[in-house]
Amino acid sequence: MRYAMAIDTKKCVGCGDCVVACQTENNVPHGYCRDWIVENVNGSYPNVEIELRSERCNHCDNSPCVRCCPTGASHIIEGGIVKVTHNECIGCGACIQSCPYDARYSHPDGYVDKCTFCDHRLEKGQSTACVEVCPTNCLYFGDLEDPNSDVSKALKNRKWKVLAPEAGTKPQLYFLT
Amino acid sequence: MNEELFVSGRNIPNIDPYLNIWHWQIPIYLYLGGLAAGIMFFAGYFTVMRKEKDMEATVKWAPFLVPGVLVLGLFALFLDLKHQLYFWRLYTTIRFESPMSWGAWTLMLITPLSFVWAASYMKELFPKWDWKFNILNKVESLAIKYREFLAWMMMLLAIVLGVYTGILLSAFNARPLWNTSILGPLFLVSGLSTGLATAMWMSKSKYERKVLSRLDLIMIFVELFLIIHLLMGFLAASEVQIEAAQLFLGGEFTAVFWSFVIILGLAFPATLEILELRGYHIPVWIPALLILIGGLVFRFVMVEAGQITRFLY
Repeated sequence: MRYAMAIDTKKCVGCGDCVVACQTENNVPHGYCRDWIVENVNGSYPNVEIELRSERCNHCDNSPCVRCCPTGASHIIEGGIVKVTHNECIGCGACIQSCPYDARYSHPDGYVDKCTFCDHRLEKGQSTACVEVCPTNCLYFGDLEDPNSDVSKALKNRKWKVLAPEAGTKPQLYFLT
Repeated sequence: MNEELFVSGRNIPNIDPYLNIWHWQIPIYLYLGGLAAGIMFFAGYFTVMRKEKDMEATVKWAPFLVPGVLVLGLFALFLDLKHQLYFWRLYTTIRFESPMSWGAWTLMLITPLSFVWAASYMKELFPKWDWKFNILNKVESLAIKYREFLAWMMMLLAIVLGVYTGILLSAFNARPLWNTSILGPLFLVSGLSTGLATAMWMSKSKYERKVLSRLDLIMIFVELFLIIHLLMGFLAASEVQIEAAQLFLGGEFTAVFWSFVIILGLAFPATLEILELRGYHIPVWIPALLILIGGLVFRFVMVEAGQITRFLY
């Protein structure tokens, strides 16, 4: 099993629902977020392109955060989801330094926190909070190894890219372009 | 125009607008680690070479600073932790992929060793010293008996510690300024140089100061050579590393790097040491202090600047 997410940058309108849904679902402290939206404006009028990206942890296959963690608090669970065990984390910040996507933050309670691909919802057979609320249905989530999953189908017929592939982390967020 | 904005709003403390999660504690920790490694390496080296008599400050006096230096450094690291009550988790596992993990274990070995080494010279340097407890006397006599073995251990662990202070940073490929294998040897040599400067400052013997200052000159030239290679490597690498090098070549760290690290921290003290060796009288504290300050500023600059550099996408 290999969980992944595809984000349709042509369908996303940047409403921020995914961000609010995540903050609510995961009780993210005020002023912090596990996902966010980037607007990339390229070119100048009249030839302007806008790309909207809903970003979060890339749950990398070759995850530097897990590698550099001195205690093993950062670890990978079934499906390739990168998680942090709160009572093993010493808050040294090494994983935050190691992430090319700045997807981790130091929780006010001391430990490091990040997107979990809502593994507590996946266990119940639900999808992630951000996917479920998206009003334009621009987020696709599922198992890459299952050809019938939403994410596999989305990636089949579209061109896509990943962010900073040169960082060598093998990220698992696919942006449909 | 190519502009990227967080349209959902994002202003996470210490992460936005640019990463700044490591503050003064980490450079202090890296500096004190390097300094301790420098002092211990040469204390071990001159013991193995059987030069204790000629190199008293290096072998006997300077190592008295090391336990304090290491404890202070570890305290700085502790202050940096955000989940401090769980710090003991470092010692419930060894993870070789994580430099911080094996670094923590190295410190666990070298800190007691530094105490034992200092204790083994207590009675020689302070004849009135009394250990009070018999067991401490036994530890002392054992330490004196196996001093050469301890010296080898110190040299080995000092090199590991010195390299670790650099590799801690170079393991993060997300920060292009740090992500170079030169950082390990560079921080080691810089640490050795600060250790030599400390011993030089403490020494009262002309002969010892001369030996140390010659060694220090070698370290300074190796350090300059490695810094040039560091910048050359960046300029010949990918866009993100070219941008990292630009921080020192016209960017915001240019002034502090070239004035405090290169000129006042390396070139000027090297000139003073050459003059001293040529027979001019130069108060020893001037080059020593400059080297110590240069090493400290170097670590602050590297930690600060490295956090700003990132991948573009």
